Amino acid sequence: MKEFLLVFRSDFVHNEAQPSPEQFQSMMKNWQDWMGSLGAQNKLVSSGNRLATEGRVVKPNNIVTNGPYVELKEAIGGYIIVRADSIDDAADLAKGCPILLIKGNVEVRTVVSMDENS
Amino acid sequence: MDNHELIPHLFRTEYRKIISVLCKLFGIEHIEIAEDIVSDTFLLASETWGLKGLPKNPAAWLYTVSKNKTKDFLKHNAVFKKEIYLNIKQTATNYEKIEIDLSAKNINDSQLQMMFAICHPSISKEAQIGLSLNILCGFGVEEISNAFLISREATYKRLARAKEQLRMEKVIIELPAQTEINNRLETVLTTVYLLFSEGYYSISQNTTLRKDLCIEAMRLNLMLIENEQTNIPSANALLSLMCFHSSRFEARTDQNGELILYEDQDESLWNKDLIVKGEYYLYQASTGQKLSKYHLEAAIAYWHTHKNDTVEKWENILQLYNKLLQIEYSPIAALNRTYALSKANGKQEAIVEAEKLNLINDHFYFTLLGELYRNIDNKKAKMNFQLAHKLAKTKNDKQTLQAKINSF
Repeated sequence: MKEFLLVFRSDFVHNEAQPSPEQFQSMMKNWQDWMGSLGAQNKLVSSGNRLATEGRVVKPNNIVTNGPYVELKEAIGGYIIVRADSIDDAADLAKGCPILLIKGNVEVRTVVSMDENS
Repeated sequence: MDNHELIPHLFRTEYRKIISVLCKLFGIEHIEIAEDIVSDTFLLASETWGLKGLPKNPAAWLYTVSKNKTKDFLKHNAVFKKEIYLNIKQTATNYEKIEIDLSAKNINDSQLQMMFAICHPSISKEAQIGLSLNILCGFGVEEISNAFLISREATYKRLARAKEQLRMEKVIIELPAQTEINNRLETVLTTVYLLFSEGYYSISQNTTLRKDLCIEAMRLNLMLIENEQTNIPSANALLSLMCFHSSRFEARTDQNGELILYEDQDESLWNKDLIVKGEYYLYQASTGQKLSKYHLEAAIAYWHTHKNDTVEKWENILQLYNKLLQIEYSPIAALNRTYALSKANGKQEAIVEAEKLNLINDHFYFTLLGELYRNIDNKKAKMNFQLAHKLAKTKNDKQTLQAKINSF
Protein backbone atom coordinates (compact mmCIF):
# COMPACT_ATOMS: atom_id res chain seq x y z
CA MET A 1 0.00 0.00 0.00
CA LYS A 2 1.21 3.46 -0.90
CA GLU A 3 0.12 6.85 0.35
CA PHE A 4 -1.44 9.51 -1.82
CA LEU A 5 -2.19 13.17 -1.28
CA LEU A 6 -5.63 14.34 -2.39
CA VAL A 7 -5.77 18.08 -2.96
CA PHE A 8 -9.18 19.71 -3.26
CA ARG A 9 -9.43 22.69 -5.57
CA SER A 10 -12.35 24.92 -6.31
CA ASP A 11 -13.39 28.51 -6.84
CA PHE A 12 -14.11 29.16 -3.19
CA VAL A 13 -14.36 32.95 -3.50
CA HIS A 14 -16.63 33.36 -6.48
CA ASN A 15 -18.85 30.39 -5.94
CA GLU A 16 -22.26 31.76 -6.93
CA ALA A 17 -24.25 32.63 -3.82
CA GLN A 18 -23.25 31.92 -0.25
CA PRO A 19 -24.78 28.58 0.74
CA SER A 20 -27.86 28.67 2.96
CA PRO A 21 -27.55 27.04 6.40
CA GLU A 22 -29.43 24.00 5.04
CA GLN A 23 -27.09 23.71 2.06
CA PHE A 24 -24.11 24.13 4.34
CA GLN A 25 -25.46 21.41 6.63
CA SER A 26 -25.90 19.02 3.73
CA MET A 27 -22.40 19.81 2.39
CA MET A 28 -21.00 19.02 5.83
CA LYS A 29 -22.86 15.72 5.83
CA ASN A 30 -21.53 14.85 2.35
CA TRP A 31 -17.97 15.50 3.47
CA GLN A 32 -18.33 13.59 6.72
CA ASP A 33 -20.02 10.64 5.01
CA TRP A 34 -17.24 10.51 2.43
CA MET A 35 -14.45 10.75 5.01
CA GLY A 36 -16.24 8.17 7.15
CA SER A 37 -16.41 5.87 4.13
CA LEU A 38 -12.63 6.17 3.57
CA GLY A 39 -12.11 5.53 7.30
CA ALA A 40 -14.36 2.47 7.22
CA GLN A 41 -12.27 1.04 4.37
CA ASN A 42 -9.14 1.70 6.43
CA LYS A 43 -7.89 3.90 3.57
CA LEU A 44 -7.61 7.19 5.47
CA VAL A 45 -4.08 8.01 6.62
CA SER A 46 -4.72 11.59 7.70
CA SER A 47 -7.85 13.68 7.63
CA GLY A 48 -5.58 16.60 6.69
CA ASN A 49 -6.80 20.17 6.98
CA ARG A 50 -9.23 22.64 5.48
CA LEU A 51 -7.72 25.96 4.36
CA ALA A 52 -9.17 29.47 4.73
CA THR A 53 -9.46 31.60 1.60
CA GLU A 54 -7.12 34.28 2.89
CA GLY A 55 -3.47 33.83 1.91
CA ARG A 56 -0.13 35.38 1.03
CA VAL A 57 2.32 34.50 -1.69
CA VAL A 58 5.95 35.20 -0.94
CA LYS A 59 8.30 35.68 -3.89
CA PRO A 60 12.03 36.42 -4.22
CA ASN A 61 13.21 39.90 -3.27
CA ASN A 62 10.77 40.24 -0.38
CA ILE A 63 7.75 40.54 -2.61
CA VAL A 64 4.60 39.53 -0.78
CA THR A 65 1.24 39.49 -2.53
CA ASN A 66 -2.24 38.75 -1.30
CA GLY A 67 -3.86 35.44 -2.14
CA PRO A 68 -2.40 32.39 -3.81
CA TYR A 69 -4.81 32.72 -6.71
CA VAL A 70 -3.01 32.10 -9.94
CA GLU A 71 -6.41 31.28 -11.23
CA LEU A 72 -9.38 31.76 -8.93
CA LYS A 73 -11.06 28.58 -10.10
CA GLU A 74 -8.15 26.55 -8.81
CA ALA A 75 -7.72 27.68 -5.20
CA ILE A 76 -6.75 24.92 -2.78
CA GLY A 77 -9.45 24.39 -0.16
CA GLY A 78 -7.97 21.46 1.71
CA TYR A 79 -6.19 18.12 1.55
CA ILE A 80 -6.18 14.63 3.00
CA ILE A 81 -3.85 11.64 2.72
CA VAL A 82 -5.18 8.21 1.72
CA ARG A 83 -3.78 4.71 1.40
CA ALA A 84 -4.22 2.69 -1.81
CA ASP A 85 -2.56 -0.02 -3.91
CA SER A 86 -2.03 2.21 -6.92
CA ILE A 87 -2.58 5.74 -8.12
CA ASP A 88 -5.59 4.50 -10.09
CA ASP A 89 -7.14 3.06 -6.94
CA ALA A 90 -6.47 6.36 -5.20
CA ALA A 91 -8.17 8.17 -8.07
CA ASP A 92 -11.16 5.82 -7.65
CA LEU A 93 -11.38 6.86 -3.99
CA ALA A 94 -11.39 10.52 -5.07
CA LYS A 95 -14.42 9.98 -7.32
CA GLY A 96 -16.74 10.21 -4.30
CA CYS A 97 -15.33 13.53 -3.11
CA PRO A 98 -18.06 16.15 -2.52
CA ILE A 99 -15.85 18.90 -4.04
CA LEU A 100 -16.91 17.48 -7.41
CA LEU A 101 -20.51 18.43 -6.61
CA ILE A 102 -19.55 22.11 -6.59
CA LYS A 103 -17.55 21.85 -9.84
CA GLY A 104 -14.22 21.58 -8.07
CA ASN A 105 -11.56 18.98 -8.73
CA VAL A 106 -9.28 16.61 -6.85
CA GLU A 107 -5.60 16.32 -7.65
CA VAL A 108 -4.15 12.92 -6.73
CA ARG A 109 -0.40 12.72 -6.08
CA THR A 110 1.81 9.89 -4.89
CA VAL A 111 3.61 10.61 -1.62
CA VAL A 112 7.29 9.78 -2.00
CA SER A 113 8.44 7.91 1.08
CA MET A 114 11.83 8.47 2.68
CA ASP A 115 13.19 5.08 1.55
CA GLU A 116 12.42 5.73 -2.10
CA ASN A 117 14.03 9.11 -1.89
CA SER A 118 17.40 8.02 -0.58
CA MET B 1 -22.12 -16.66 46.51
CA ASP B 2 -20.62 -19.93 47.71
CA ASN B 3 -16.97 -20.70 48.49
CA HIS B 4 -16.13 -21.69 44.95
CA GLU B 5 -17.13 -18.32 43.63
CA LEU B 6 -16.17 -16.20 46.60
CA ILE B 7 -12.43 -16.80 46.47
CA PRO B 8 -12.05 -15.98 42.76
CA HIS B 9 -14.26 -12.96 43.38
CA LEU B 10 -12.10 -11.76 46.27
CA PHE B 11 -9.00 -12.50 44.25
CA ARG B 12 -10.28 -10.07 41.61
CA THR B 13 -11.14 -7.32 44.05
CA GLU B 14 -8.60 -7.67 46.88
CA TYR B 15 -5.45 -9.02 45.23
CA ARG B 16 -4.54 -5.73 43.61
CA LYS B 17 -5.28 -3.72 46.72
CA ILE B 18 -2.97 -5.69 48.95
CA ILE B 19 -0.29 -6.00 46.30
CA SER B 20 -0.32 -2.27 45.57
CA VAL B 21 0.09 -1.41 49.24
CA LEU B 22 2.90 -3.93 49.69
CA CYS B 23 4.70 -2.87 46.52
CA LYS B 24 4.49 0.74 47.58
CA LEU B 25 6.03 -0.27 50.91
CA PHE B 26 8.72 -2.56 49.48
CA GLY B 27 9.52 -0.69 46.26
CA ILE B 28 8.75 -2.07 42.81
CA GLU B 29 12.03 -4.01 42.67
CA HIS B 30 10.56 -6.41 45.20
CA ILE B 31 7.31 -6.95 43.37
CA GLU B 32 7.80 -10.73 43.40
CA ILE B 33 8.00 -10.83 47.20
CA ALA B 34 4.73 -8.92 47.38
CA GLU B 35 3.19 -11.35 44.91
CA ASP B 36 4.36 -14.33 46.96
CA ILE B 37 2.92 -12.93 50.18
CA VAL B 38 -0.46 -12.23 48.61
CA SER B 39 -0.58 -15.61 46.84
CA ASP B 40 0.27 -17.35 50.12
CA THR B 41 -2.53 -15.44 51.81
CA PHE B 42 -5.06 -16.60 49.26
CA LEU B 43 -3.76 -20.15 49.42
CA LEU B 44 -4.24 -20.14 53.19
CA ALA B 45 -7.72 -18.67 52.74
CA SER B 46 -8.83 -21.45 50.41
CA GLU B 47 -7.50 -24.10 52.80
CA THR B 48 -8.80 -22.58 56.02
CA TRP B 49 -12.19 -21.45 54.75
CA GLY B 50 -12.78 -24.83 53.18
CA LEU B 51 -12.26 -26.52 56.54
CA LYS B 52 -13.64 -24.01 59.01
CA GLY B 53 -16.15 -22.10 56.97
CA LEU B 54 -16.15 -18.46 55.97
CA PRO B 55 -14.95 -15.72 58.32
CA LYS B 56 -17.40 -12.91 59.06
CA ASN B 57 -15.52 -10.38 57.00
CA PRO B 58 -13.44 -12.24 54.39
CA ALA B 59 -11.68 -9.11 53.08
CA ALA B 60 -10.60 -8.06 56.57
CA TRP B 61 -9.37 -11.62 57.16
CA LEU B 62 -7.19 -11.35 54.06
CA TYR B 63 -5.78 -8.01 55.21
CA THR B 64 -4.87 -9.32 58.67
CA VAL B 65 -3.26 -12.47 57.33
CA SER B 66 -1.26 -10.62 54.70
CA LYS B 67 -0.11 -8.13 57.33
CA ASN B 68 1.06 -10.94 59.59
CA LYS B 69 2.77 -12.72 56.73
CA THR B 70 4.58 -9.52 55.81
CA LYS B 71 5.75 -8.98 59.39
CA ASP B 72 6.90 -12.59 59.58
CA PHE B 73 8.79 -12.21 56.37
CA LEU B 74 10.49 -9.05 57.57
CA LYS B 75 11.44 -10.67 60.85
CA HIS B 76 13.31 -13.39 59.00
CA ASN B 77 14.91 -11.26 56.31
CA ALA B 78 17.12 -8.73 57.99
CA VAL B 79 18.75 -7.57 54.75
CA PHE B 80 15.46 -7.05 53.03
CA LYS B 81 14.10 -5.27 56.05
CA LYS B 82 16.90 -2.75 55.84
CA GLU B 83 16.06 -2.02 52.23
CA ILE B 84 12.49 -1.39 53.13
CA TYR B 85 13.52 1.02 55.81
CA LEU B 86 15.49 2.85 53.17
CA ASN B 87 12.54 2.79 50.86
CA ILE B 88 10.15 4.31 53.33
CA LYS B 89 12.85 6.53 54.82
CA GLN B 90 11.98 5.34 58.27
CA THR B 91 14.64 5.57 60.93
CA ALA B 92 13.01 3.46 63.57
CA THR B 93 14.89 0.23 64.16
CA ASN B 94 12.01 -1.78 65.45
CA TYR B 95 10.54 -3.72 62.56
CA GLU B 96 7.40 -4.32 64.58
CA LYS B 97 6.67 -0.67 63.99
CA ILE B 98 6.65 -0.87 60.20
CA GLU B 99 3.12 -0.01 59.46
CA ILE B 100 1.30 -1.95 56.80
CA ASP B 101 -1.41 0.54 56.10
CA LEU B 102 -4.43 -1.16 54.58
CA SER B 103 -6.79 1.75 55.13
CA ALA B 104 -9.17 2.64 52.31
CA LYS B 105 -7.26 5.83 51.58
CA ASN B 106 -3.85 4.20 51.35
CA ILE B 107 -5.28 1.37 49.26
CA ASN B 108 -6.70 3.90 46.80
CA ASP B 109 -3.55 6.01 46.67
CA SER B 110 -1.30 2.99 46.25
CA GLN B 111 -3.45 1.55 43.47
CA LEU B 112 -3.55 4.81 41.56
CA GLN B 113 0.22 5.16 41.87
CA MET B 114 0.64 1.54 40.86
CA MET B 115 -1.41 2.13 37.72
CA PHE B 116 0.99 4.85 36.67
CA ALA B 117 4.10 2.88 37.61
CA ILE B 118 2.95 0.01 35.41
CA CYS B 119 2.21 2.34 32.53
CA HIS B 120 5.83 3.51 32.53
CA PRO B 121 7.08 4.40 29.01
CA SER B 122 10.07 2.05 29.29
CA ILE B 123 7.91 -1.04 28.80
CA SER B 124 5.92 -1.94 25.70
CA LYS B 125 2.22 -1.21 25.46
CA GLU B 126 1.26 -4.90 25.35
CA ALA B 127 3.40 -5.58 28.42
CA GLN B 128 1.83 -2.62 30.24
CA ILE B 129 -1.65 -3.92 29.59
CA GLY B 130 -0.63 -7.48 30.48
CA LEU B 131 0.98 -6.34 33.71
CA SER B 132 -2.04 -4.18 34.58
CA LEU B 133 -4.34 -7.15 34.09
CA ASN B 134 -1.97 -9.31 36.15
CA ILE B 135 -1.35 -6.96 39.08
CA LEU B 136 -4.25 -4.53 39.13
CA CYS B 137 -6.95 -6.97 38.13
CA GLY B 138 -5.67 -10.26 39.49
CA PHE B 139 -5.72 -11.96 36.07
CA GLY B 140 -3.82 -15.22 35.88
CA VAL B 141 -1.45 -16.11 33.04
CA GLU B 142 -4.15 -18.24 31.45
CA GLU B 143 -6.74 -15.46 31.38
CA ILE B 144 -4.25 -13.00 29.95
CA SER B 145 -3.30 -15.52 27.24
CA ASN B 146 -6.97 -15.79 26.35
CA ALA B 147 -7.43 -12.03 26.27
CA PHE B 148 -4.45 -11.54 23.94
CA LEU B 149 -4.80 -14.80 22.02
CA ILE B 150 -1.18 -15.73 22.69
CA SER B 151 0.37 -18.81 24.31
CA ARG B 152 0.86 -19.12 28.06
CA GLU B 153 4.63 -19.23 27.66
CA ALA B 154 4.58 -16.01 25.66
CA THR B 155 2.40 -14.34 28.31
CA TYR B 156 4.65 -15.54 31.09
CA LYS B 157 7.74 -14.23 29.30
CA ARG B 158 6.08 -10.92 28.52
CA LEU B 159 5.17 -10.38 32.19
CA ALA B 160 8.57 -11.42 33.48
CA ARG B 161 10.32 -9.09 31.02
CA ALA B 162 8.06 -6.21 31.99
CA LYS B 163 8.78 -6.69 35.70
CA GLU B 164 12.50 -6.87 35.00
CA GLN B 165 12.21 -3.62 33.05
CA LEU B 166 10.44 -1.88 35.93
CA ARG B 167 13.23 -3.04 38.22
CA MET B 168 15.99 -1.88 35.90
CA GLU B 169 14.40 1.52 35.38
CA LYS B 170 13.98 1.85 39.15
CA VAL B 171 10.43 3.03 38.63
CA ILE B 172 9.10 4.67 41.77
CA ILE B 173 5.54 4.03 42.83
CA GLU B 174 4.23 7.55 42.97
CA LEU B 175 2.13 9.92 40.91
CA PRO B 176 4.35 11.40 38.21
CA ALA B 177 4.44 15.11 37.32
CA GLN B 178 1.37 16.52 35.57
CA THR B 179 2.84 16.46 32.03
CA GLU B 180 3.95 12.87 32.51
CA ILE B 181 0.50 11.98 33.89
CA ASN B 182 -1.07 13.20 30.67
CA ASN B 183 1.33 11.07 28.61
CA ARG B 184 0.69 7.92 30.57
CA LEU B 185 -3.04 8.36 31.06
CA GLU B 186 -3.71 7.15 27.53
CA THR B 187 -2.28 3.73 28.37
CA VAL B 188 -4.03 3.71 31.73
CA LEU B 189 -7.37 4.37 30.00
CA THR B 190 -6.67 1.72 27.34
CA THR B 191 -6.05 -0.78 30.10
CA VAL B 192 -9.23 0.13 31.95
CA TYR B 193 -11.21 -0.16 28.71
CA LEU B 194 -9.65 -3.52 27.86
CA LEU B 195 -10.53 -4.82 31.30
CA PHE B 196 -14.11 -3.68 30.85
CA SER B 197 -14.33 -5.22 27.37
CA GLU B 198 -12.96 -8.49 28.69
CA GLY B 199 -15.92 -8.61 31.04
CA TYR B 200 -18.53 -7.20 28.68
CA TYR B 201 -17.75 -9.10 25.49
CA SER B 202 -16.15 -12.26 26.83
CA ILE B 203 -17.79 -15.46 25.62
CA SER B 204 -17.51 -16.92 29.11
CA GLN B 205 -20.93 -17.82 30.49
CA ASN B 206 -19.90 -17.00 34.03
CA THR B 207 -21.94 -13.81 34.33
CA THR B 208 -20.93 -13.14 37.95
CA LEU B 209 -17.28 -13.09 37.02
CA ARG B 210 -17.93 -10.95 33.97
CA LYS B 211 -19.93 -8.41 35.92
CA ASP B 212 -17.08 -8.24 38.45
CA LEU B 213 -14.64 -7.36 35.71
CA CYS B 214 -16.87 -4.56 34.49
CA ILE B 215 -17.40 -3.19 37.98
CA GLU B 216 -13.66 -3.35 38.71
CA ALA B 217 -12.87 -1.45 35.52
CA MET B 218 -15.39 1.22 36.48
CA ARG B 219 -13.93 1.39 39.96
CA LEU B 220 -10.41 1.92 38.62
CA ASN B 221 -11.80 4.59 36.31
CA LEU B 222 -13.62 6.28 39.19
CA MET B 223 -10.36 6.43 41.11
CA LEU B 224 -8.88 8.45 38.24
CA ILE B 225 -11.80 10.85 38.31
CA GLU B 226 -11.73 11.31 42.07
CA ASN B 227 -8.12 12.45 41.88
CA GLU B 228 -7.80 16.05 40.75
CA GLN B 229 -4.63 15.43 38.72
CA THR B 230 -6.07 12.57 36.70
CA ASN B 231 -9.60 13.88 36.33
CA ILE B 232 -9.37 14.70 32.62
CA PRO B 233 -12.25 14.85 30.07
CA SER B 234 -11.38 11.58 28.31
CA ALA B 235 -11.40 9.70 31.65
CA ASN B 236 -14.94 11.01 32.24
CA ALA B 237 -15.90 10.03 28.69
CA LEU B 238 -14.65 6.49 29.25
CA LEU B 239 -16.60 6.14 32.49
CA SER B 240 -19.69 7.49 30.74
CA LEU B 241 -19.26 4.89 28.00
CA MET B 242 -18.96 2.09 30.55
CA CYS B 243 -22.04 3.31 32.48
CA PHE B 244 -24.16 3.28 29.29
CA HIS B 245 -22.93 -0.18 28.30
CA SER B 246 -23.38 -1.74 31.72
CA SER B 247 -26.89 -0.26 32.00
CA ARG B 248 -27.88 -3.09 29.63
CA PHE B 249 -26.14 -5.83 31.59
CA GLU B 250 -29.32 -7.42 32.95
CA ALA B 251 -31.14 -7.15 29.63
CA ARG B 252 -28.47 -8.63 27.39
CA THR B 253 -28.36 -12.21 28.61
CA ASP B 254 -31.13 -14.74 29.25
CA GLN B 255 -31.32 -17.21 32.16
CA ASN B 256 -28.89 -19.55 30.39
CA GLY B 257 -26.31 -16.82 29.90
CA GLU B 258 -27.06 -16.60 26.15
CA LEU B 259 -26.74 -13.22 24.54
CA ILE B 260 -29.89 -11.27 23.69
CA LEU B 261 -29.44 -8.87 20.76
CA TYR B 262 -30.05 -5.16 21.30
CA GLU B 263 -33.22 -5.13 19.16
CA ASP B 264 -34.76 -7.94 21.22
CA GLN B 265 -33.89 -6.60 24.67
CA ASP B 266 -36.52 -5.76 27.26
CA GLU B 267 -36.01 -2.04 27.81
CA SER B 268 -37.55 -2.16 31.27
CA LEU B 269 -34.50 -4.14 32.39
CA TRP B 270 -32.12 -1.34 31.42
CA ASN B 271 -30.66 0.23 34.55
CA LYS B 272 -31.94 3.83 34.67
CA ASP B 273 -29.47 4.87 37.39
CA LEU B 274 -26.51 3.88 35.26
CA ILE B 275 -27.98 5.71 32.25
CA VAL B 276 -28.31 8.88 34.34
CA LYS B 277 -24.74 8.41 35.61
CA GLY B 278 -23.55 7.95 32.02
CA GLU B 279 -25.21 11.21 31.04
CA TYR B 280 -23.63 12.95 34.02
CA TYR B 281 -20.07 11.82 33.14
CA LEU B 282 -20.61 12.62 29.46
CA TYR B 283 -21.55 16.14 30.52
CA GLN B 284 -18.44 16.28 32.72
CA ALA B 285 -16.39 15.12 29.73
CA SER B 286 -17.52 17.93 27.47
CA THR B 287 -14.78 20.40 28.33
CA GLY B 288 -11.35 21.00 26.85
CA GLN B 289 -10.12 20.85 23.27
CA LYS B 290 -9.56 17.19 22.63
CA LEU B 291 -12.28 14.96 21.26
CA SER B 292 -11.12 11.47 22.22
CA LYS B 293 -12.44 8.22 20.83
CA TYR B 294 -14.05 7.66 24.23
CA HIS B 295 -16.11 10.83 23.76
CA LEU B 296 -17.38 9.54 20.44
CA GLU B 297 -18.05 6.03 21.69
CA ALA B 298 -19.83 7.38 24.78
CA ALA B 299 -22.02 9.59 22.58
CA ILE B 300 -22.85 6.58 20.37
CA ALA B 301 -23.73 4.58 23.48
CA TYR B 302 -25.88 7.51 24.66
CA TRP B 303 -27.98 7.35 21.47
CA HIS B 304 -28.41 3.63 21.99
CA THR B 305 -30.14 4.30 25.30
CA HIS B 306 -33.03 5.59 23.13
CA LYS B 307 -34.57 2.47 21.75
CA ASN B 308 -36.92 4.06 19.21
CA ASP B 309 -35.65 4.37 15.66
CA THR B 310 -35.70 8.00 14.61
CA VAL B 311 -33.99 9.78 11.72
CA GLU B 312 -32.25 12.01 14.25
CA LYS B 313 -30.89 9.06 16.21
CA TRP B 314 -29.34 7.26 13.25
CA GLU B 315 -28.02 10.41 11.59
CA ASN B 316 -26.26 11.29 14.85
CA ILE B 317 -24.87 7.79 15.25
CA LEU B 318 -23.64 7.80 11.63
CA GLN B 319 -21.83 11.11 12.07
CA LEU B 320 -20.25 9.91 15.33
CA TYR B 321 -18.96 6.76 13.61
CA ASN B 322 -17.68 8.90 10.71
CA LYS B 323 -15.63 10.91 13.19
CA LEU B 324 -14.53 7.85 15.15
CA LEU B 325 -13.20 6.18 12.00
CA GLN B 326 -11.22 9.30 11.15
CA ILE B 327 -9.48 9.00 14.53
CA GLU B 328 -8.96 5.25 14.59
CA TYR B 329 -9.89 2.36 12.33
CA SER B 330 -11.37 -0.84 13.69
CA PRO B 331 -13.36 -3.50 11.80
CA ILE B 332 -16.19 -3.37 14.33
CA ALA B 333 -16.54 0.42 13.95
CA ALA B 334 -16.50 0.01 10.14
CA LEU B 335 -19.34 -2.54 10.34
CA ASN B 336 -21.38 -0.48 12.80
CA ARG B 337 -20.89 2.63 10.71
CA THR B 338 -22.23 0.82 7.66
CA TYR B 339 -25.28 -0.36 9.61
CA ALA B 340 -25.93 3.23 10.77
CA LEU B 341 -25.50 4.35 7.15
CA SER B 342 -28.27 1.98 6.05
CA LYS B 343 -30.57 3.43 8.72
CA ALA B 344 -29.71 7.05 7.90
CA ASN B 345 -29.10 7.06 4.14
CA GLY B 346 -30.84 3.89 3.00
CA LYS B 347 -29.89 0.30 2.17
CA GLN B 348 -28.79 0.91 -1.42
CA GLU B 349 -25.98 3.25 -0.40
CA ALA B 350 -25.04 1.02 2.52
CA ILE B 351 -24.73 -2.04 0.23
CA VAL B 352 -22.27 -0.19 -2.03
CA GLU B 353 -20.24 0.85 1.01
CA ALA B 354 -20.43 -2.57 2.66
CA GLU B 355 -19.10 -4.30 -0.48
CA LYS B 356 -15.99 -2.09 -0.23
CA LEU B 357 -15.12 -3.20 3.31
CA ASN B 358 -13.96 -6.66 2.27
CA LEU B 359 -13.71 -8.09 5.80
CA ILE B 360 -13.88 -11.62 4.45
CA ASN B 361 -12.74 -13.40 7.62
CA ASP B 362 -15.40 -11.86 9.81
CA HIS B 363 -18.78 -13.54 10.21
CA PHE B 364 -20.30 -10.24 11.37
CA TYR B 365 -19.40 -8.79 7.96
CA PHE B 366 -21.42 -11.41 6.09
CA THR B 367 -24.25 -11.14 8.62
CA LEU B 368 -24.40 -7.40 7.92
CA LEU B 369 -24.38 -7.98 4.14
CA GLY B 370 -27.15 -10.56 4.60
CA GLU B 371 -29.30 -8.07 6.50
CA LEU B 372 -28.66 -5.32 3.94
CA TYR B 373 -29.61 -7.53 0.98
CA ARG B 374 -32.75 -8.82 2.72
CA ASN B 375 -35.85 -7.82 0.69
CA ILE B 376 -33.60 -6.27 -1.95
CA ASP B 377 -31.88 -9.37 -3.31
CA ASN B 378 -32.92 -12.35 -1.19
CA LYS B 379 -30.67 -14.74 -3.10
CA LYS B 380 -27.61 -12.69 -2.17
CA ALA B 381 -28.96 -12.26 1.37
CA LYS B 382 -29.18 -16.03 1.85
CA MET B 383 -25.74 -16.58 0.31
CA ASN B 384 -24.19 -14.08 2.73
CA PHE B 385 -25.88 -15.65 5.75
CA GLN B 386 -24.49 -18.99 4.61
CA LEU B 387 -20.98 -17.54 4.43
CA ALA B 388 -21.45 -16.06 7.91
CA HIS B 389 -22.65 -19.45 9.20
CA LYS B 390 -19.49 -21.08 7.88
CA LEU B 391 -17.29 -18.56 9.72
CA ALA B 392 -19.25 -18.35 12.98
CA LYS B 393 -17.50 -19.94 15.95
CA THR B 394 -20.00 -20.29 18.76
CA LYS B 395 -22.99 -22.62 18.79
CA ASN B 396 -25.28 -19.72 19.59
CA ASP B 397 -24.10 -17.69 16.58
CA LYS B 398 -24.50 -20.69 14.30
CA GLN B 399 -28.06 -21.28 15.53
CA THR B 400 -29.06 -17.64 15.04
CA LEU B 401 -27.61 -17.67 11.52
CA GLN B 402 -29.23 -21.01 10.62
CA ALA B 403 -32.61 -19.52 11.56
CA LYS B 404 -31.93 -16.59 9.23
CA ILE B 405 -30.96 -18.95 6.38
CA ASN B 406 -34.14 -20.99 6.94
CA SER B 407 -36.29 -17.86 6.74
CA PHE B 408 -35.79 -17.64 2.95
